[in-house]
Amino acid sequence: MRSAFQSLFPPGTPAVMCLGFPLHPAGASTIARGVDHLYFFLTALTLFFTILIFSFILYFMVKYRRRSDDEQPADVKTSMALEMTWTLIPTALCAVMFLWASSLYFENSRPPNASMEIFVIGKQWMWHLQHPEGPREINELHVPLGVPVKLTMTSEDVIHDFYIPAFRIKKDVLPGRYSSIWFEATQLGTFHLFCAQYCGAEHAAMIGWVYVMTPSDYAQWLSGGVKGESMAASGEKLFTQLGCVTCHVANNTGRCPSLVGLYNHTVALRDGRTLLADESYLRTAIVNPNSMPLPGYAPAMPSFQGQINEEQLLQLIAYIKSLGAEEKKSGEK
Amino acid sequence: MSTTVAEAPALPRVHYLNATYGIRSWLLTTDHKRIALLYLTSITFMFFIGGAAAVLMRLHLIEPQGALVQPETYNKLFSIHGIVMVFFFLIPSIPAVLGNFLVPMMIGARDLAFPRLNLLSWYIYVVGACFTLYAIVSGGVDTGWTFYTPYSSTYAHTNVMAAAVGVFITGFSSILTGLNFIVTIHKMRAPGLTWFRLPLFIWSIYATSIIFILGTPVLAITIFLLALERLLHVGIFDPAVGGDPLLFQHLFWFYSHPAVYIMVLPAMGVVSELIAAFSRKRIYGYSFVAFSSFAISIISFLVWGHHMFVTGQSIYAGLIFSVLSFLVAIPSAIKVFNWTATLYRGSISYQAPMLYALGFIGLFTMGGLTGLFLASLAVDVHLNGTYFIVAHFHYIMVGGAVMAYMGGIHYWWPKITGRMYPDGWARFAALVIFVGFNLTFFPQYMLGYLGMPRRYAVYPSEFQVLNVMSSAGASILGIGYLIPLIYLVWSMRYGPVAGPNPWKAKGLEWETSSPPPTENFEETPIVTEEAYAYARPAAPPAARRPVTEGAHD
Repeated sequence: MRSAFQSLFPPGTPAVMCLGFPLHPAGASTIARGVDHLYFFLTALTLFFTILIFSFILYFMVKYRRRSDDEQPADVKTSMALEMTWTLIPTALCAVMFLWASSLYFENSRPPNASMEIFVIGKQWMWHLQHPEGPREINELHVPLGVPVKLTMTSEDVIHDFYIPAFRIKKDVLPGRYSSIWFEATQLGTFHLFCAQYCGAEHAAMIGWVYVMTPSDYAQWLSGGVKGESMAASGEKLFTQLGCVTCHVANNTGRCPSLVGLYNHTVALRDGRTLLADESYLRTAIVNPNSMPLPGYAPAMPSFQGQINEEQLLQLIAYIKSLGAEEKKSGEK
Repeated sequence: MSTTVAEAPALPRVHYLNATYGIRSWLLTTDHKRIALLYLTSITFMFFIGGAAAVLMRLHLIEPQGALVQPETYNKLFSIHGIVMVFFFLIPSIPAVLGNFLVPMMIGARDLAFPRLNLLSWYIYVVGACFTLYAIVSGGVDTGWTFYTPYSSTYAHTNVMAAAVGVFITGFSSILTGLNFIVTIHKMRAPGLTWFRLPLFIWSIYATSIIFILGTPVLAITIFLLALERLLHVGIFDPAVGGDPLLFQHLFWFYSHPAVYIMVLPAMGVVSELIAAFSRKRIYGYSFVAFSSFAISIISFLVWGHHMFVTGQSIYAGLIFSVLSFLVAIPSAIKVFNWTATLYRGSISYQAPMLYALGFIGLFTMGGLTGLFLASLAVDVHLNGTYFIVAHFHYIMVGGAVMAYMGGIHYWWPKITGRMYPDGWARFAALVIFVGFNLTFFPQYMLGYLGMPRRYAVYPSEFQVLNVMSSAGASILGIGYLIPLIYLVWSMRYGPVAGPNPWKAKGLEWETSSPPPTENFEETPIVTEEAYAYARPAAPPAARRPVTEGAHD
């Protein structure tokens, strides 16, 4: 399947070529166009000011070249108006750039609500990607066209950085916490996936390909690939194996709170903090439960730091999320 | 080239270079001018080590799969290049060489306030450099100059500690130099030399010294914490032992962003001197240029987070760092406009130092404007960590700081050595450097926008053409830096005698002999006019040497 796709979409076809090298990278996400427009504006501004300064310098160089060694040119008084002009104009331009870039950044930071989820684990020196339905990939990411995809990412060792130039997205992938990023592909094809944070000897080999497929091809790929159980199913097995199930009983009669419906709800801690039970919360609750004691429960839960790897953590979290989803469904009925 | 000096000047019989003889007289000297030369020799040595690493990197990148070395070796090359160039060349370059030589001369003092401390600074620098050189020969270091954790603290198997200790130690040299300059500028100005009569070089060295003193201790603390974690496994940065991996970046950039201005502010000071001298004009908007140095040195402490827009730092923090980063660009823009306006109605000559100064303005303008791309949050997301960053900061640090350093070395060379270099060769070298520089780094802007990440030992083949262009430029640039080394060394013995003031420039340093006597001035000069008073019909042109005759009162 991989080779079939590679022949269909030769890797890394750039959008604009000139004299044997690319001038402009492919723009293949909903984010790319806005970023490019701002980039073009900044480039125009840079050209304008560079040419302006160079022209003045060249003109003065010729016009006021020294004609005799003893020349003593007259003093030119500093004009306050001129100083103000070239202070205020750049300030105004900076304000425009700041507002434009920041509003775009805000817009680009927020994933749409109906995003499909994929999980990413970086380790020296490979990308491990996992779809909730089960399929796992190494250094390859298959995604459907026109569907927002949210990536939840973590690292098993050092800091990595997940970068897809064609989508104009990039985010550090840190050990010990989750970061997230999202995109919606707008172009079928094969695009580079890079690690953009230096991570050791084979940093430059920590690269891969993103395959953007039509939704029907993607559905076929999901079902036709390696038959594996869903992340939530793996998580449920772990939940039993690790003994979580003995305390976290579904009907709240155990020594620990029920996890049904926990995901995406707010939790009040004993110290008065209120936290949203998102992926990061669940991660901390498993790895370092004593850092967030709950009112009404003894701090009985052991830490699972070092006992389960990042992949298993994500599976457990997927399982806990699926508990929430079931409750919601039954609530709707 | 002729310098059109009517009567052939002769070297003074006794000057600081021949006042005492022997290796001890150099290694135990407390003369700021000799210490400047000790620095000049040592940083030139380090420059060519860092440069050799750069040339090897560029040769390696001619082929997408890497032409020369293993990826591990490539990683060590860029780490050595960064560490040596930033900490052992750029940071000490203008302050420790030109600053040391010129600060007392420009303010009419005999020496710095603490001459022995000044010598100690050089020894500290040398000890730090030895540690780092040891790290290189004993197997190298592969963390990059940024030492990001937890890679540097837990995962790197190379000689991280020796390199980091070298950087730690050399930092104290910066702190002491900064302290020495600030005290000297406050306490030892010649009679009549008020703050607003100071040359702009002094203003910018003062602003730089503030960063030295306030910023460098933070770097020392950061490296100390890194050592605690690497050697004793105290959990500070590695989440596996309870640390926070981003804490390191906050601390590191709190120093290292201002450190960029440690490199650029003195360069701006040099350029102000060059522009004034070679257009024979007072710098337009003197006080705007002076105060913009201070604005830069203060705001530079508040922008470190712009290195961390994609680390997952809060988007609101991102907004604040973005707005402050735009703000720090404005004083730089003000300087560029004022330098350009200085040329208006000037009497402009194009000797080598002026070519470097004009090159600085052009390249610094481009480097500064491309910095705005990186302050723009949404665009930075795409460009961060790519060759665009590499191009941007090389335009500032090499196109800016090194150009100004070269210009300054050429401008004050006749004062330092008493002899002229061949101006034709010097102009040729300046041109070669300008062309080589742009050919090296302009393609890297394009590579970055196309998405090529930095620090890649191998890369996808569609990036090859631009990489080959960049490598070709680097070899031209390398030759451009070797030419001055040859003719400057040659000129020390064979160059024509320069005389006290070959450029007919203003400034106290030009009013004493070349090379100056050990005590700089035969009599303490008394200052009666503002800096760059080219327009005034000066006092009788015959009596140029000591300003002081009659003390004007």
